[in-house]
Amino acid sequence: MKLREIAHARAGDKGDISNLSLIAYRAEDYALLERQVTPERVQAHFQGVVHGEVQRFLLPQLGAMNFVMQRALGGGVTRSLALDAHGKSLSSALLDMDIG
Amino acid sequence: MKTLRIGGGAGYSGDRIEPAVELAEHGEIDYLIFECLAERTIALAQQAKMKDPALGYDPLLEARMLAVLKTCSEKGIRIVTNMGAANPLAAAAKIREVAVSLGLNKLKVAAVAGDDVLEQLRAGDYLDDEGEPVKALGARLLSANAYLGAQPLVDALAAGADVVITGRVADPALVLAPLIHSFGWAMDDWQRLGQGTLAGHLLECAGQVSGGYFADPGYKDVANLARLGFPIAVVGEDGSLEITKVAGSGGSITTATCTEQLIYEIHDPAAYQTPDVVADFSQVSMTQIGPDRVAVAGASGHPKSGMLKVSVGYIDSYVGEGQISYAGSGALARAQLAQDIVAERLQLTGVALTEVRYDLLGVNAIHGLELAAQAAEPYEVRLRVTGRTDSLREAVRVGNEVETLYTCGPAGGGGVTKSSREVVAIRSTLLPAAQVQPAIHFEEI
Repeated sequence: MKLREIAHARAGDKGDISNLSLIAYRAEDYALLERQVTPERVQAHFQGVVHGEVQRFLLPQLGAMNFVMQRALGGGVTRSLALDAHGKSLSSALLDMDIG
Repeated sequence: MKTLRIGGGAGYSGDRIEPAVELAEHGEIDYLIFECLAERTIALAQQAKMKDPALGYDPLLEARMLAVLKTCSEKGIRIVTNMGAANPLAAAAKIREVAVSLGLNKLKVAAVAGDDVLEQLRAGDYLDDEGEPVKALGARLLSANAYLGAQPLVDALAAGADVVITGRVADPALVLAPLIHSFGWAMDDWQRLGQGTLAGHLLECAGQVSGGYFADPGYKDVANLARLGFPIAVVGEDGSLEITKVAGSGGSITTATCTEQLIYEIHDPAAYQTPDVVADFSQVSMTQIGPDRVAVAGASGHPKSGMLKVSVGYIDSYVGEGQISYAGSGALARAQLAQDIVAERLQLTGVALTEVRYDLLGVNAIHGLELAAQAAEPYEVRLRVTGRTDSLREAVRVGNEVETLYTCGPAGGGGVTKSSREVVAIRSTLLPAAQVQPAIHFEEI
């Protein structure tokens, strides 16, 4: 199953840092997210895109978590050559992750 | 209990205007805020001001004021906005001019200045976030603006301003200031300042909390996005907070839309840094208390750091770009051949590039090859070549090498576009708050 079936996400940016939320649609699916969508897996999922550390912050009462990914935006939003310089579409790429 | 209704009238400089009109006319609001300053906006505004000292404020200021000022004045709705950008004083004069043209006979506009610390950074020894001396940017340095807190805005409201227009202030301060002014919250009441900052954070991107930037057909459906309603925060004297919108407007406000916006760009939820408070959103909870109405509770805060973040704008480089499309069978192979040809040409003709990037739009442009490897071959592919240079003259040559693919490249290439531009980029540094002196100027009729 794709992550998209049980969760939604939004990406934001600050300099060269991408800030990616992941939110379970139903509270009962949060534990699965916490177990499977680890910072290590997110780092591996974004290999070639995110070049720095990935940190995860948990908000269990909201069924949500926040990934802060360093060196993720081609050197920074204001100077990146990327088409999606803000990394807005990283949220959709995260939801493509397989979980089981 | 005393409550205040604050409308979020814009989430960025180019945002829609009618939702703000709807808020003014039907939102029963006390305050209307417009958050219009992205990181880079003020540096670009500074360039406009250097060309014409009467400019340097938000390009949509006049249009927005023409749209809402009369209604706000009639209903006693006060406006708080950072549309002053690099020139709040000129912006205040423009607002006065708009008010006169609308036939208003009484209006007090306060311009909050003092965020511009360019001369200070030019003269002193400061390091940016990459450890480089800011001074070393020399003539490339364009702007330096400190993120002011709520205090000067509170002072402007206390002096009776109907409109408060600022340059760089922390986004949540646009909402926090009316709350502090109306409720008399103490500037060290960290719990209420935290909850007020939460209100500001949820409103500052306007439609992003009320169903905008949320829809994903079949998974997250949102009705009537063409008529998206912008949000209203209903805040109590005790810091209680509800998010809602005008009945009948498009969009939707649910715990899901509010959660996406709560986490948006906050990094560590337990330590959201602002000039007024280090807000703690880690214990925030949400309850759907009605249709398009969510109660948000549990924010708190810790003492501020005493340092202000400063955005430094500078001319970083120049970028040239060219694009060309291929379609039908073999489109991908022809686009890849085109890419190889341009790469060879840029080298052969000696274009002085410091960085270059090749994208196949529809194939690998957004997330690179790793994530796109499994995808099927598309019907159409667009090659995008982007190169960084030290001069505009060199940047122009990048697009030219894509354009010549028309007659010298693979078969069937079409729809070439090319462009070149100066890149104004942003770094940041910190200044002790005591070194930044806000000042308020008034315009009245």
